Amino acid sequence: MSETNDQNPGNIDYMTDSRAIAVGENLPGCKKRDPILVADNVTRNFGGISAVDVEHLEIPRHKITALIGPNGAGKTTLFNLLTGFDTPHSGAWTFEGKDIAGVSSYKLARMGMVRTFQLTKVMGKLTVMENMRLGAAQQPGERLSKALFKNIWGGREREITKQADVLLEKFKLDAKKDDYAASLSGGQRKLLEMARSLMVQPKLVMLDEPMAGVNPALTQSLLDHIKNLKAEGMTVLFVEHDMNMVRHIADWVVVMAEGRIVAEGPPGEVMKDPAVIDAYLGAHHDVDLGDAQGIRELEAELEADEESIVGTEDAGIIAPEAVEAHLEEEEGR
Amino acid sequence: MDFGNILSLALGEIVTPTTAAYALAALGLAVHFGYSGLLNFGQAGFMAVGAYGFAISTLTFKVPFVVGFLIALLCSVTFGLLLGVPTLRLRADYLAIVTIAAAEIIRYIVTTNTLFRVTGSADGLSSFQREFDSFNPFPAGTYIFGWSNREFYVRIVSWTIVILCAVLVWLLMRSPWGRVLKGIREDENAVRSLGKNVYAYKMQALVIGGILGALAGLLFTLPRGSVQPANYATELTFFLWTVLLLGGMSTVLGPIVGAMIFWVVLSLTQNLLAGLIESGAITFLSIVQAGQLRFILVGLALMLLMIFRPQGVFGNKKELAFA
Repeated sequence: MSETNDQNPGNIDYMTDSRAIAVGENLPGCKKRDPILVADNVTRNFGGISAVDVEHLEIPRHKITALIGPNGAGKTTLFNLLTGFDTPHSGAWTFEGKDIAGVSSYKLARMGMVRTFQLTKVMGKLTVMENMRLGAAQQPGERLSKALFKNIWGGREREITKQADVLLEKFKLDAKKDDYAASLSGGQRKLLEMARSLMVQPKLVMLDEPMAGVNPALTQSLLDHIKNLKAEGMTVLFVEHDMNMVRHIADWVVVMAEGRIVAEGPPGEVMKDPAVIDAYLGAHHDVDLGDAQGIRELEAELEADEESIVGTEDAGIIAPEAVEAHLEEEEGR
Repeated sequence: MDFGNILSLALGEIVTPTTAAYALAALGLAVHFGYSGLLNFGQAGFMAVGAYGFAISTLTFKVPFVVGFLIALLCSVTFGLLLGVPTLRLRADYLAIVTIAAAEIIRYIVTTNTLFRVTGSADGLSSFQREFDSFNPFPAGTYIFGWSNREFYVRIVSWTIVILCAVLVWLLMRSPWGRVLKGIREDENAVRSLGKNVYAYKMQALVIGGILGALAGLLFTLPRGSVQPANYATELTFFLWTVLLLGGMSTVLGPIVGAMIFWVVLSLTQNLLAGLIESGAITFLSIVQAGQLRFILVGLALMLLMIFRPQGVFGNKKELAFA
């Protein structure tokens, strides 16, 4: 691909490039050596609840960045804001140095920033091939003034079809290319959506939960496809829940909780971060609540915890005395 | 009862200019709904805009035929833009609400008594077709099927326009432009994420379907030589939807064949019922009631069609727009 060569003047192998991603310490909102996307003070409220409140975020170029966080952390909302599918209350963000705040989503896609959706969006009543062709850019026949004349757009159409054939073969959908996309399985739809977004020849691919609802075997092939994107010189940003997946492929992990970025860093480092463990599992995740002993331990821990209401007047039915009485009653039976 | 006569009357409906007008207006709806997913419930409004645009500019402003024709098309483009600008960024249902209301607004405006001198109010306008008739190349006489030269002429013109428009729509829909429209019909956000300006495409589709509607309005009024607001009520829009669903939504031939079937069936039921009543076989209906009954039958037929053959006569079940 000529695209790749343009972006790779020093012939760096993106797969083995081990230079530091961040400039300085790996803190939330840290500067990157070579950011492709930079966001500042992006906020979005839903009826008084702050869904996204990101002070500073940089996405490193030619890397796979995972955006993780519990449900409701604002990952998808941030995605929608960055890709122009939703309007923030404040904020500025740039893509490759160009200010793209308020730029409509279709223009962003043309600039090379393509996204997929959490709920897979394939055109069920178009064939797989037509879905792919729809993704292609620079087809003059998509203009009304030229649509009537096949001699104008026929040549480009053949190029597009060739490009689509290559991608479909890579994604093992070539046998299905004349079938309606509605006949594909859930996993195949995910593959088709990813393949279609590559038809745009993007620089930054943003995948919203690419692994959701996909069986383990297909997950492996999806992971390989994502790694291949990096090998071909693209930058990937993806949202994911499964920490194991993230550990396998991500070069960089950004953790969100309650709309904010709480941690950033390489996967191994981030997963040891207490803020991350707290956000994902809760502060008291190592207590077994299956037996009375565990519950007593938790009560003691909570009483010592400043932030917990246990040990104050507001504790109500979870006050240590009430819980103790209940446990004794249970044991007496 | 003369079955031969009933049958020939019914078959004669296949090629009337009214059938052609229905076919063309339904083709416009196919561009709107079948290919782009735009719910237009105001196609009668587009037809009225075309018909009145032509009639008023011819009678009040005394413009030549070609200018009147262009004004009619221009009016429909303006009407389409007016409807599209506020609604096309919203969800599909809003367009439906706005179009049905706008079509009624047009009808009420032309019925207003204050505008009697311009629109003729409820009486409508007439004798604006003289220049159109003067183009008739066929000498007076009787032509095939016993048509007069004018009948022959209007049929030739109507169906030429229908065929031209059908070819145009077919060419557009097989192009990449048509593919983007079909994509928008399925999921506009996905199309947007692939770098297409969805709003512009929807606007183009709305205007093109509207122009077809305005042309249909002309085909509907020119042969009659009169335009009355009562002809452009909401039921016209729903007949057009029946025609579209009958033939198949995402097809070019569907609306045309649908219009033919619609008018043949209407004529057959009307004449059969009338014949049965006259011969005394049916005693519980009057001729007037029979006229109403066939529209009840149209509704029933539409329901049965949606249940048992939702894709219409020509539609592809896999490409069906409801699912």
